[in-house]
Amino acid sequence: MTEIAPSVYLDHAATTSMWPEAVEVMQQEFLRTGNPSSLHEAGRRARRVVEESRELIAERLGARPSEVVFCSGGTEANNLAIKGLYWARRSANPLRNRVLFSSIEHHALLDPVTWLAAHEQARIDVTPVDQQGRIRLDALSEAIDSNPADVAAITTMWANNEMGTIQPVREVVELARAHQIPVHSDAVQAAGYLELDFAGTGLDAMTVTAHKLGGPVGVGALVIRRELDATPLLHGGGQERDLRSGTVGAALVAGFATALDLTVQHQSESGPRIEALRDRLVRGIERVVPEAIINGDPETGPGHRLPNIAHVTFPGCEGDALLMLLDAQGVQVSTGSACQAGVPQPSHVLLAMGFGDAAARGSLRFSLGHTSTAADVDRLLELLPAVCERARAAGLVRSRTS
Amino acid sequence: MYLDHAATAPPRREVLEAMWPWLTQHFGNPASHHEYGEVAKIALDDARAKIAAQLGVHGAEIIFTSGGTEADNLAVKGIALADQERKHLIVSAIEHPAVLEAAHWLERFGYEVTELEVGQTGLISPESLAQALQPDTCLVSIQYANNEVGTIQPIAELAQVARQNSTWFHTDAVQAAGWLDLNVSNLGVDALAISGHKLGTPKGIGLLYLNRRLEFEPLIHGGGQQDGARSGTENVAGAVGLATALGLRAELGDQAARLSGLRDEFICQVEALGAELTGDRTARLPNNASFVFPGRSGESVLVDLAARGIVCSSGSACAAGSDEPSHVLTAMGFDRTLAQSAVRFTFDETFTEEALAEVVAALTLICG
Repeated sequence: MTEIAPSVYLDHAATTSMWPEAVEVMQQEFLRTGNPSSLHEAGRRARRVVEESRELIAERLGARPSEVVFCSGGTEANNLAIKGLYWARRSANPLRNRVLFSSIEHHALLDPVTWLAAHEQARIDVTPVDQQGRIRLDALSEAIDSNPADVAAITTMWANNEMGTIQPVREVVELARAHQIPVHSDAVQAAGYLELDFAGTGLDAMTVTAHKLGGPVGVGALVIRRELDATPLLHGGGQERDLRSGTVGAALVAGFATALDLTVQHQSESGPRIEALRDRLVRGIERVVPEAIINGDPETGPGHRLPNIAHVTFPGCEGDALLMLLDAQGVQVSTGSACQAGVPQPSHVLLAMGFGDAAARGSLRFSLGHTSTAADVDRLLELLPAVCERARAAGLVRSRTS
Repeated sequence: MYLDHAATAPPRREVLEAMWPWLTQHFGNPASHHEYGEVAKIALDDARAKIAAQLGVHGAEIIFTSGGTEADNLAVKGIALADQERKHLIVSAIEHPAVLEAAHWLERFGYEVTELEVGQTGLISPESLAQALQPDTCLVSIQYANNEVGTIQPIAELAQVARQNSTWFHTDAVQAAGWLDLNVSNLGVDALAISGHKLGTPKGIGLLYLNRRLEFEPLIHGGGQQDGARSGTENVAGAVGLATALGLRAELGDQAARLSGLRDEFICQVEALGAELTGDRTARLPNNASFVFPGRSGESVLVDLAARGIVCSSGSACAAGSDEPSHVLTAMGFDRTLAQSAVRFTFDETFTEEALAEVVAALTLICG
């Protein structure tokens, strides 16, 4: 097995290490047996763990336990939300075939929506964003008003994964409520740093996943109002109030609940701590690479941006080259979403925000997390000037030879 | 004494140990293009290669899923939805709900589903499949071994019949995996579903083997992981665990014969108490002994056994708590009352003569 040298991990938005407490809870559960659907003692015990985890997660998200539907992660939850709502709403009324979604959604929504358009006669209506990556409410309002009766669902992420821009979720809900259109929000990135009051926000459905919060990969939840009809994606067995069949692992959900609980408990101190680190990183970059451009909303906090993400354009550099050079020095960053990393095309999020092709390709996302330290930030700043110089030189060579 | 291994098996120590580093220090996302990501990707590819070797297939033909239910759904819906020309499916009447319900869900898209009848022991004859096939049958889905009564289907023969009709063949091997030959060329199937937690991994991981020549529609769209076949951050620890568990089970080969002997002895002694065997006597999983107890309620037998520390079930865990009799037993011709007296014992290779004697003694008291 390859040993990783002591390194600087600044890619927490892709995935983050688990809380030791979550690992411990899972370890205990691993050693026990029981199918939560079985009626005997082992099954009942597993079921109790699942239900207690569900209650804790619901409490931390401002939802009722019966609204928490466990599934394999954020991607599945987003697929279930948008396809499930589309199918159910359209079978109730065939006129409802329009899906409204923002131009900066994660691929886990963009792709299922595109699939609905290609295979299920959905019409996609994309709402544009402003230069900071925030959904334009005026455009959304106009799109709804053009024909409220044909909208199957609206989806808007709570905070963007590349830029960290926080979306006006409450306002979107307000716009939709008048027409009783269900609103879903992908809160995968927001969950780590914002208070997600599901009931208070008035959302109809919301996605969260464990592994972005220091929980295990392989479990997430769709929080969905009970009254709302949604067509399942996975059938058979009828678990999770028939919305999601399949055996739910007690260890996974217990790890998820522990991670979310710790995340929320620590939010009031970890938010400011990580924001201070991020600001140290941003100010440092402005100092050591003066030509760098800091993207997104300059202000942090509710209504602005997440405290843990910095998105920076390095003019004249290829993001991929920067990523590789930093990686060689033991610093892990990203050019955007991990799911798309390595795919040589500019991010749809940046293009939607009005970035040119070169700027979109010459950008990096730095994302901090619960294990980040000032030393991590300082190590990056120490390496960055030379790395940028090399990336620029490589870029120049490439543009001359091509 | 835990005799409900068909519902779920305890995670194995070796499996947990193999998973451990991927839950702790090596936590990278395999889609990330830096060292943490690369290390995770190597482990994922390695797990995939090991599993592919065991199934005798190409690594690209293994799709990791969240479990058996997702794998079955992906096979049934994914294959059918990609075949817009042929809109007929055949499933056996005794499939797991993951296959049955997935197939019936397709009816809303204009697909027609035939449920193939089974014999009294749950067996499906190649002749009956041949008769049910239509020119527009896109998929046949028949489980390798039944989860309730342990009946093993003649999969190679059935798959051969489907192939002659140019129809794809999927098998739910969730119960068979770990006991029966999983070599895909021997079986001649185009798709095969496996669940980890029946083999000794924690819950939350499974896989679908899918023939590369097959066109199919993914169920979960997004980041394009696993060549777009199944989006979502890959569960590296789960994949490593599944590869380890399958490897361990392959080493159990010789245990199957010993266990079958023990199973037959157990069946013989329980029958002597007035119980009736369900499922086939010979084409049967080595670890399954299932019965009906005429004149009794299955629930009460379970409760009495539990009081003596013996844990088993009436059948599928997924249907537990429902008053409906098992669809498997009714399809095999049992009437409702008799079907409701079902008790299933499923063990693993640690089952012994002593354990057998203990269960029989308990049953003797209960049935006496």
